[in-house]
Amino acid sequence: MDKKKPKKVFVQGAIPPEKIGNSIANHQSKTNIGAHSIFLGQIRADEIDGKTVSAIDYSAYEEMAESVFHEIREAAFSKFDITCAHIYHSLGPVKTGELCLFVFTSSAHRKIAIEACNYFVEEIKANVPIFGKEIFEDETHQWKVNT
Amino acid sequence: MKVNVKYFGVIAESAGKNEEVLELKQGTSVKDLKNQQIKKYQIQDAESVQIAVNQDLNNEAELKEDDEVAFLPPFAGG
Repeated sequence: MDKKKPKKVFVQGAIPPEKIGNSIANHQSKTNIGAHSIFLGQIRADEIDGKTVSAIDYSAYEEMAESVFHEIREAAFSKFDITCAHIYHSLGPVKTGELCLFVFTSSAHRKIAIEACNYFVEEIKANVPIFGKEIFEDETHQWKVNT
Repeated sequence: MKVNVKYFGVIAESAGKNEEVLELKQGTSVKDLKNQQIKKYQIQDAESVQIAVNQDLNNEAELKEDDEVAFLPPFAGG
């Protein structure tokens, strides 16, 4: 298991739905796993002051983000008895309805997998230097802030 | 001394650039540089700006030659 090795988290553009299916398939040989928990972030068509969001263009302080992702992984593996964990986040433009975040945790039992998955999502939202430009249908934009 | 400054998100937009090398006086603190650039580029919502020095957000000390100083707007991942 290479759980300590830093992994590449960022992918260019939207995360294809096939990636989720493939990730599940890749874990079927690991029969010590009894539960997977998956979080998928999808771009929502927010309406702000009468204008509708059509995409979010993600950018990041990539070197720092990769090291924060690594710290979150280390912390998660010491907190939770998980078998493995995978995180993917988009960079660049992602259209409404497409996926921008995929967190996948696996454990022998469901509670741990679910708690670990939530932990990853909350930590990513709070601590990773990722920035989102919300593009409206009229091509104006504003900068997203996590709440 | 020279430091490498990086700007992200809405701050890069205000600055009109993603990075620059600045020549600073010895003894310049992180706070001094932050205030100076916020004024220079009229960066809005200054209290939400976080500064990372060599990727570390906990930085009160004086800057050193070749430090990488990043101006970070609120995070929006996920």
